[in-house]
Amino acid sequence: MADVITYREAVAEGIAREMRRDPAVVCLGEDIGEAGGVFKTTVGLLKEFGPERVWDTPISEQAIVGAAMGAAMTGMRPVAEIMFSDFLACCWDYLANEIPKVRYMTGGQVTVPLVVRTANGGGLGFGAQHSQATENWAFTIPGLKIAAPATPADVVGMMAAAIRSDDPVVFFEHKGLLATKGAPPPPDHVVELGRATVVREGADVTLVALASMVPVALKAAELLSGDGIEAEVVDLRFLVPLDVSTVLASLGRTSRLVTVEENPYQGGWGGTLVSVVADEGFGLLDAPVRRVAGECVPLPFADALEEEVIPTVEKVVAAVRDLAAY
Amino acid sequence: MDPAGLLAAYEQMAVIRRTEKAAHDLFLQGLVKGTTYLAAGHEAIAVGASAALRPDDYVFATYRGHHHAMARGATPEECLAELMSRATGLCKAKGGSMHLTKASTGMLGSYAIVGAHLPMAAGAAWSARLRGTDQIAVAFFGDGATNIGAFHEALNLAAVWKLPVLFVCENNLYMEYTPIADVTAVPRPAADRAPAYGIPGELVDGNDVVAVQEAVARLARRARAGDGPALLEAETYRHFGHSRADPATYRPAEEVERWLKRDPLDLARGRLVEMGVAEAVVNEADDRATTAVQKAVEAAKAAPPPDPREALTDVWADGGAAWRT
Repeated sequence: MADVITYREAVAEGIAREMRRDPAVVCLGEDIGEAGGVFKTTVGLLKEFGPERVWDTPISEQAIVGAAMGAAMTGMRPVAEIMFSDFLACCWDYLANEIPKVRYMTGGQVTVPLVVRTANGGGLGFGAQHSQATENWAFTIPGLKIAAPATPADVVGMMAAAIRSDDPVVFFEHKGLLATKGAPPPPDHVVELGRATVVREGADVTLVALASMVPVALKAAELLSGDGIEAEVVDLRFLVPLDVSTVLASLGRTSRLVTVEENPYQGGWGGTLVSVVADEGFGLLDAPVRRVAGECVPLPFADALEEEVIPTVEKVVAAVRDLAAY
Repeated sequence: MDPAGLLAAYEQMAVIRRTEKAAHDLFLQGLVKGTTYLAAGHEAIAVGASAALRPDDYVFATYRGHHHAMARGATPEECLAELMSRATGLCKAKGGSMHLTKASTGMLGSYAIVGAHLPMAAGAAWSARLRGTDQIAVAFFGDGATNIGAFHEALNLAAVWKLPVLFVCENNLYMEYTPIADVTAVPRPAADRAPAYGIPGELVDGNDVVAVQEAVARLARRARAGDGPALLEAETYRHFGHSRADPATYRPAEEVERWLKRDPLDLARGRLVEMGVAEAVVNEADDRATTAVQKAVEAAKAAPPPDPREALTDVWADGGAAWRT
């Protein structure tokens, strides 16, 4: 393997590793075969595994996810691609009513080991219907596990855990990270579902971030270091299971919390996280919590406008400085 | 069907009919909460189809699905206990009337979002093909489901992938409270859509258990042989309203009367007598059904309520419900 791997290549690598080890893993989605996916995240899968394991579908999000569910209930481990996470709305019944509920409402008779992969988030100028960070949509639904990796190695390790999971997992691949590079993962790399990671240590404030907001938080931490403020950065990696323990442990060291979220402030994942912190970690805090999140508007088209809506390094730095002065 | 097979089908339909009547009565006694969607009148479709399927085939049904659960082996006691919120219910009292499921016999669920299970059935058929088995999947749905997107997406995908799946429409002429003809662009809500997807679309008398068995057997053979999906539209009629809250006064009295004369049990009885089966033998089947359902009602009534701790189980495959560390 090369010295570095892109996030984009890591998606195909992560899927391919699982397809090699388990013949029950099959892929379906729009343009994922010969075309290799509109984001080129499935390049090489058709060639290596053939058309009986990599299936191009019509533009039928309900059929894609519904068929994946039926296959998952009957012995397969389907990996379904929904091209843009905004399109999850087209098959929302399956994410909201069918997949997360069927095990429960049948008293545990049915298991649904599937992954729904989707390209998520903004920053690429795709406009309001192809740019939303929708991880918080899934976070409103008991019964779905949610992964959102920030690095190529995590893409592979988290994909392995997602595909091996006997529970349904929604896997958010961030469009803004696809071209980023990182160290290739070791063989058989698996990141346990629900395991956050501290990606930068610091004693003054905890920044909790997800996916594309992890590099934003890290850049902000570098700038803050110049001011003498050392930020600890937690890459949450999963929303469900939510690794509250790692966040509380970090707050035990820093006493200050800032969440960095791309999804809108209104209904964003940080709201749940800080409510748990308020409930169980209030005594750890020396300052109010701050949430740096997306503005509560649809994603605008122009770069200059999109930057106003999505959290930036500057916004994170400003929030932390404000908090440090508290 | 030979006389023995038809007699068995008759008895199964009689059990379903009496279970539905019991569910109705138990609701009036306050022992069934929420609502119920009774399938009395639809028995021949579930029993006829089941007689044509293999035990390892897959069945997906709608919220009006009691008959499918029982046709695939769920007992009246399991079903009534579920409706009565008992620990011994088919789904541990977590599903209720609309979600009867018997996965161990391939009855993979009753789904209450109209049309949602058609893509699932296509997926189960896809899975059978991927695993190299010759199982098939069957989705049963109402006439109202033919106007929702999932129906059309499922038909197209199943046709394009040539999947071993049957789509069986139980056309009872009413989309909830509205005549299906008032809201559908074609006279036959299911069969008339089949040509758009290049698949066979057939009609069958849904009150004739023999006709249903023969039609499903033929289409199942075709699907099993790799010739792809088919649509079967079985015309039938509800004996009760849409749900418990519905007295169905919107249906003309003359129409109701005409359909009640075509009761699937009466039709099957007539066929049995024609075949030379003595009336007394058919009556004995009725008596066995009556006794079985009476016992089921008593057993369900006597069963305990669910342990409250059950509320926080069965979300995840490990049996638990933990969403955080």
